[in-house]
Amino acid sequence: MPEPLLNVDNLRTYFSTEEGVVRAVDGISFDLAPGERRGVVGESGSGKSVTAMSIMRLIEPPAGEIVTGTIEFQGENLLTLGEDEMQEIRGAKIAMIFQDPMTALNPVYTVGDQLIETIVLHQNVSVSEARKLAIKALEDVQIPNAEGKLNDHPHQFSGGMRQRVMIAMGLSCNPDLLIADEPTTALDVTTQAQIMDLMLKLAAERNTAVLLITHDLGVVAGFCDTIQVMYAGGIVEYGTADEVFHNPQHPYTWGLLGSMARLDEEQKHRLHSIAGAPPSVIDLPIGCRFRPRCEFAIDKCGKVLPMLQSAEHGDQLVACHRADELDLKTIAVSGEQSTEVAS
Amino acid sequence: MTEPGGDIGEAPVQPDEALGLAVEPVTQWDLFSSRLRRHRLAMISTVFLMLLMTVVILAPAMESAGWIDDPTKGLVDANGRILRNISPRASDGEVFYTEIIDSQQVTFEASPTALLLGSDDLGRSVFTRIIFGGRASLTVGLVTGFLVASLGTVFGSLAGFYPGGVDQSLMRFTDLVLGLPLLPVAIVVGRILPEIEFLPSFIRTGPFGIAMLIGFLAWGGLARIVRAEFLSLREKEFVEAARAAGAGDNRIVFRHILPNAMSPIIVQTTLIIGAAIIIEAALSFLGFGVKPPTPTWGAMVSQGGRQAVRGFWWEMVFSGAALVTTVLAINFLGDGLRDALDPTQTIERK
Repeated sequence: MPEPLLNVDNLRTYFSTEEGVVRAVDGISFDLAPGERRGVVGESGSGKSVTAMSIMRLIEPPAGEIVTGTIEFQGENLLTLGEDEMQEIRGAKIAMIFQDPMTALNPVYTVGDQLIETIVLHQNVSVSEARKLAIKALEDVQIPNAEGKLNDHPHQFSGGMRQRVMIAMGLSCNPDLLIADEPTTALDVTTQAQIMDLMLKLAAERNTAVLLITHDLGVVAGFCDTIQVMYAGGIVEYGTADEVFHNPQHPYTWGLLGSMARLDEEQKHRLHSIAGAPPSVIDLPIGCRFRPRCEFAIDKCGKVLPMLQSAEHGDQLVACHRADELDLKTIAVSGEQSTEVAS
Repeated sequence: MTEPGGDIGEAPVQPDEALGLAVEPVTQWDLFSSRLRRHRLAMISTVFLMLLMTVVILAPAMESAGWIDDPTKGLVDANGRILRNISPRASDGEVFYTEIIDSQQVTFEASPTALLLGSDDLGRSVFTRIIFGGRASLTVGLVTGFLVASLGTVFGSLAGFYPGGVDQSLMRFTDLVLGLPLLPVAIVVGRILPEIEFLPSFIRTGPFGIAMLIGFLAWGGLARIVRAEFLSLREKEFVEAARAAGAGDNRIVFRHILPNAMSPIIVQTTLIIGAAIIIEAALSFLGFGVKPPTPTWGAMVSQGGRQAVRGFWWEMVFSGAALVTTVLAINFLGDGLRDALDPTQTIERK
């Protein structure tokens, strides 16, 4: 196993609110290899984005706080760095692409100004050189007439074009890690595939590792090497995309996959949905967090929180007490069950 | 753009050089000034204000050149009588000017413009006094505007950017200042000001002191507005994106938040400039403003008002017109600046 680019160990990020402590990320550990494309999947509120913000050290106290854990990036613990040192890393070594390209660009500056700003900030180049690099960056993301577009303001760009600009900005300093937080959610479906293709192609050219946060399983299936599934602040399953998709080990992953609309199979019954809603991260259930929604739950699930460990029926890691006895591959999700519970 | 579909606003696919479309770098300033130049009212106002400033700055020189008169001395005829409340007449360009008072022909010595806009109840040339009054009024407006803009922006942005203790203490101080009633405090301080020996004399007696007084009392509103803008802007995604790109606090505040908060700052400042000129007028009216006989527009309006009741309307109307025109011009300019700073504003102004 090569030296990991990123090693997150037992990370806990809590937010204090009036209702109580929100355990947004509750003890997650994972590695990311250089150049790896990792999909982070989960429902809203499962802690995907907070994980990303924790890595970027963009959690702002006093609202949120990284309580324990280490985030080692290239052998350096990011959590012990000062704000100045962290600024050197942000944008230069770890870049981030945000969900909504409509609001992630400053409306009062031209696109060129913002690109050049990022480049000048992290690379030791003059403004005219930075300008050339900015044009190159826009050409890389296939924006026609890149030179002319530098003088345009963000509102003159379409959503897809803005996300291209964000990608250009993110990759302009050849970062080692690119965190993409639902980069295609705000775009229409035809643009989504183009943007994903482009982003991953450019990342591969630069050997940039990608942490792709999404709730779109289709996107993950097509673009990622490995997948980690998150639920209520913890990782419930981790493995290669192939394994997770074709041989899910955790009932949650299994349910998620069953909930996808498939075009390659004839639809005989209503689309499956996982019963219930994600638990409140303020008041987490004791034991397995998925237990209240799990159709395979046993007594032990209500008492002991399962740890992430090697699965019996696959090569991935899974956090489920019954992973060994259940072979979910062989169990079909039922379309009926969802309607019963919903009604 | 003769290609099919070439006129739907898409960029041409051919290399730009081949089409002769190579693009020059455009700076933020170029864009700003070209948008401002399209704003016709703002441009007219700019020209007007620049002319006014020139005239006002050159007023002493114009006096010594004999184009205008001494603003503090009344016009006196050959028999030593003061030429009170003479109605406006066009000057015929002669130094000796003939006027009918009490059905008598009188001669007096004055500049050719002396009675262009008539004389006031002490026989002083209204035209001259409007020009000299502009010095005081514009000083009050601009100094107050500058003070309010800087104090309000500094306090507001610090409070809005650093929540918690900094915000709380700054805003409570702002509340305190906002709680001070402007006129009574200005009256008391204005009364004491000339007697504070260690202050330089231009602050003790001139319009500077009044301007600073109003400025130090009036920045609270702007501070609140700026704080609110900062509170909302600091949560915007582009600010987070800037942070994720490695920008520090300074860069975030000065490059990303402040430029987006410029509109309310400019609008509020132009309003304050107008208000300061009028507050100075009120203070002068109560006798606590710039000390007579130094003219200010506000003082002229209030004095002229008393004469207008007796039918001598000109001092009030002309000084009022100067005041209103200037305040309007400053507001139009502010309007133009605000539009020019907003890149989404593309509609051409008439």
